[in-house]
Amino acid sequence: MALTPVTPQTPGFTAAVAAGAGAFFGLFVGTAQATGLIGILIGAALLGALGFVFAGMTDKEKPLRWATFALFVVLGYILGGLPEAVLGGLFGWFAGWFIFWLATSRYRQHLAPYLTPGQVLWHYTFRVICGVIFVFLITPILVVMPLSFNAEDFFTFTPEMLRFDPAGYSLKHYQDFFTNDDWQQALWNSIKIAPMATLLSVSFGTLAAIGLSQPHVPFRRAIMAILISPMIVPLIISAAGMYFFYSRIGMQGTYFGVVLAHAALGIPFVIITVTATLVGFDRSLTRAAANMGADPITTFFRVQMPLILPGVISGGLFAFITSFDEVVVVLFVGSAGQKTLPWQMFTGLREQISPTILAVATILVAISICLLTVLELLRRRSERLRGMSPG
Amino acid sequence: MSDTTQSGPVLAADGTPLKRSLARALRMQKLRALMLIAPLLLFILLTFILPIADMLFRSVENRIVSDTLPKTVVALQEWDANSGEAPGEDVYAALAADLIVAVEAKTHTRLGTRLNYEMTGISSLFRKSGRKVKRWDLAEDAPFKEKFIDIDKDWADPEVWRTIQTYSPKYTNGYFLNSIDMQKGADGAEARPENQQIYITLFQRTMFMSLVITASCIVLAYPIAWILANLPARSANLLMILVLLPFWTSLLVRTSAWKVMLQQQGVINDVLVWLGLVADDARLVMINNQFGTIVAMTHILLPFMILPMYSVMQTINPSYLRAAKSLGATNWTAFWRVYFPQSVPGIGAGSILVFILAIGYYITPEIVGGTKGVFISNRIAYHISSSLNWGLAAALGAILLVVVLLLYWAYDKIVGIDNVKLG
Amino acid sequence: MKLTKLTALAASTALCAPMAFAEMADEMTIVSWGGAYSNSQLKAYHEPYSEKTGVKIINDESSAEAVAKLRAMNEAGNVTWDVVDVVAADAMRLCDEGLALEIDADTQLAPAPDGTPASEDFGELLVSDCFIPQIVYSTTFGYRTDMVGDTPPDDICDVFDLETYPGKRALEKRPINNMEWALLCDGVAKEDVYDVLETEEGQEQALAKLDTIKDSVIWWSAGADTPQLLADGEVVMGSTYNGRLFSVIEEQKQPVGMLWDAQVFDLDGWIIPAGLSPERQARALDYIMFATDTQRLADQAKFISYGPARASSAPLVGQHAELGIDMAPHMPTDPNNAKNTFLYNYEFWADYRDDIDAKFQAWLAK
Repeated sequence: MALTPVTPQTPGFTAAVAAGAGAFFGLFVGTAQATGLIGILIGAALLGALGFVFAGMTDKEKPLRWATFALFVVLGYILGGLPEAVLGGLFGWFAGWFIFWLATSRYRQHLAPYLTPGQVLWHYTFRVICGVIFVFLITPILVVMPLSFNAEDFFTFTPEMLRFDPAGYSLKHYQDFFTNDDWQQALWNSIKIAPMATLLSVSFGTLAAIGLSQPHVPFRRAIMAILISPMIVPLIISAAGMYFFYSRIGMQGTYFGVVLAHAALGIPFVIITVTATLVGFDRSLTRAAANMGADPITTFFRVQMPLILPGVISGGLFAFITSFDEVVVVLFVGSAGQKTLPWQMFTGLREQISPTILAVATILVAISICLLTVLELLRRRSERLRGMSPG
Repeated sequence: MSDTTQSGPVLAADGTPLKRSLARALRMQKLRALMLIAPLLLFILLTFILPIADMLFRSVENRIVSDTLPKTVVALQEWDANSGEAPGEDVYAALAADLIVAVEAKTHTRLGTRLNYEMTGISSLFRKSGRKVKRWDLAEDAPFKEKFIDIDKDWADPEVWRTIQTYSPKYTNGYFLNSIDMQKGADGAEARPENQQIYITLFQRTMFMSLVITASCIVLAYPIAWILANLPARSANLLMILVLLPFWTSLLVRTSAWKVMLQQQGVINDVLVWLGLVADDARLVMINNQFGTIVAMTHILLPFMILPMYSVMQTINPSYLRAAKSLGATNWTAFWRVYFPQSVPGIGAGSILVFILAIGYYITPEIVGGTKGVFISNRIAYHISSSLNWGLAAALGAILLVVVLLLYWAYDKIVGIDNVKLG
Repeated sequence: MKLTKLTALAASTALCAPMAFAEMADEMTIVSWGGAYSNSQLKAYHEPYSEKTGVKIINDESSAEAVAKLRAMNEAGNVTWDVVDVVAADAMRLCDEGLALEIDADTQLAPAPDGTPASEDFGELLVSDCFIPQIVYSTTFGYRTDMVGDTPPDDICDVFDLETYPGKRALEKRPINNMEWALLCDGVAKEDVYDVLETEEGQEQALAKLDTIKDSVIWWSAGADTPQLLADGEVVMGSTYNGRLFSVIEEQKQPVGMLWDAQVFDLDGWIIPAGLSPERQARALDYIMFATDTQRLADQAKFISYGPARASSAPLVGQHAELGIDMAPHMPTDPNNAKNTFLYNYEFWADYRDDIDAKFQAWLAK
């Protein structure tokens, strides 16, 4: 979908911008090899030349991009061996794409025709800034993944790993996770506790949210404040409070105690998401149902529930993850029989060094991606149902 | 319909006055709403509010002294702490009687631990005395003053007696004084010696770091929320997964990941050294200090800023911005005068959410905070599980909770709690 | 609405009625530290005991919070633990507060194989009436062999020598041990350390000495920290428990060496919580009798390099179960390692812990 008709750029422009990029990356290669200045010059010259040449040959894009890729793989390999070859390859791919992106003016195609060059530049600068922030968000998770394949029992990138030596990698932490009783028991406990807590918070929370969204609720603000409180009270205070209180009534160290504590922590999320969904709920629908003779329970399950379901599900997922990822409260309220996955991870960090927790994290990230995809599909479905988006 | 022409109240279909009928309907409606809310309210009150109230009560409760030494406390009332002399024989006799009972129940050492928070050495004084007192007989062994001083000369020290006297009431403000670096001295509250002052500093530090974290979250979240709100739905949702993924990854894992990244032999330093930007012997110190805590917590709390901002920005109509520009506003003016004011509620919502969550954080500062990057929560946790000074932990917790509640109140006033949306 | 009322009712009854903790005759909960240490207990004690008696043992890894949790359980009158592994200082606190059962060593513990009564076999290590020592461990220093040049440190004061050994050090985030080492390296004679530390000036002096290296210290609070820091090369030397260092050196093959000078001995062992029902208490005592006999204590040393607390176990210490190396030279009590040692001063720290800790934390935060 092109907004603006474009013509290819002049070789001069392409070469100049490419040279700029080349200089920027050349600086890093240069400092790594000894001097930054030479790096800047070589980088600028190299990419500038490529830009100048390629700008005239936009019809042969594919082979030229492959050639650039190959060139930088070889350059990287000469400079520093296998790891650098990989980096070189990445950069070569980027350089090829970047030069043709400039040369064919594709960058201008999707922007409104009336934008000034300055605005176009800002548009892309802004994208780069956002990209950097996304990198900040995601890097810690990406760093964890290779470390979970570490052949040693530490959270360290060993020289073998950096050389891509297969000896530096192993699946032993995954094996440990799947064969070790402690981990399996912890996983099992988490699976027993989290859904139960979620069920409690979702059922109570949804009812209360429906109550709260009625037009006339006395003491609404105060009630809301109390219901939200588990989210705003600092966790350590909640943990200590529940710990003393639950031990007094004999629930410390019981399955039920942990479930109740986690359900309380998850409730604010359910309340917030469900009330938000109910804001858009058309009240005349329940009246219509009542009008046609449905009793309140039928109305609720057949009319209201299907419509607010996305809110309930997303609140439920938040509640689930709260329980599934909670360590401070369970550490106090639970005992051996309720040792959850995060607790086991906490012990793993404190008492024994074991990248098994990273292996677990990697598995959980994979599961999270699945869950998020499901959530996204559900959202699309609900929006389609409510006719709010083209789907 | 003909009724309406008559004088008198308007009647509903069943013949009751409409006003009363409406009021009844309203009452019913209120009742119904309350019935729906009641189970949860009860649930939260029982599982959450009650435990917290119970815990905070410990910050003033001080029954242990009067429960363990009931006679001594009474006898000691007459004694003048400023006299500079130890109390008379009657107090020692009362102490002997109390201790014999306490030793039997093994509560004397517990009291010793309690008073040791206030004066070093009382713990062993009670333990030592307990062993001797066990063999005493109340009737035969009197008088006791000399005997106690024989066990330990500290029993002649008026300071010890002053401490017992000061802490004999059933309720004390001692823990609260302690948590603002003060203590109960001979003449009322006084500042603690300088080398023991820590809590005010920690509270300030907690506030300062939470503010910095909130600010950096605003700076980082704004562009992200903007781009999410302005991209087509499909790509926005895809990017949204990138935001939610860290949110759903275990806190412990993210914190250890930051440890791996930030330490001196860590990923960032390695890359910088490899690129030649930093000399190998001058690696940057980025962890075990405030910087480490701020970076890791900004990362952890960033989604809590992005989500409310995003939900607000989604409602801002992009045509306003275009209208402003077509009326001749520059890019900056259009953004600053038109777009930004509309996004302020999102910033407010996110900021207070992040600030409230940050101020109570515990695990992340513990792992990456070193000595200067820890929060008041870390001290609370320490007093709960290691030093066992639960009263002090409760007092610190109460102060922290008051700060958070004030913020929440402000939040509700400014933004309204209903306007928070997650995802 | 019926549904709501029912759930409300169910919830409130569930909340109000204290959960009757099911007392299963064939189960007991043993609390320990987790990690390699729990594992060594599992192999040396739990598995043989379960095999012998059929009792199922649940391992709770809460020793770090044991005192706090036991106190809360006791307040609540609902003790769910049967046997708890704690360090000696905690055992003394628990015993003082009446939270642990007093044990008569001679009648309730097994005598040595040659008939020596348990009280003599354990000797001075029975530091509290409630405490049955299990191992002697020490807090000592490990250093990176590849970062210290040709002269590896052999004196505790090398920790304070930033010129010869530049780089970071890992020290525990508490005053205990650090204050003693600081005074020792500031010219205080070993026998005077605690007399000096009792005084305000002595505490100042120790903190002043620590001040000289404060900028180069990474403070650790969990046992796994120092090994990780050493493995990363993040610190050049660091204090930790000797068993951790053994595992780093022998099991993980990291370039790390031991500095045994001025190691501080401490004890770790069992207590039985007070307030158990008679059956549970009897079973806990039976377990203790089994698990602390001469052979079992020696067996544990096959899995971890901590010295057995009984004199009669020492000759039985053999080889590591998996690595097949002699364990005796790795014991903190080995004569070659124990040339200059400290014993944790329980009495002193019971009194001064709160006070010195407040000062220490204030100093740290400065």
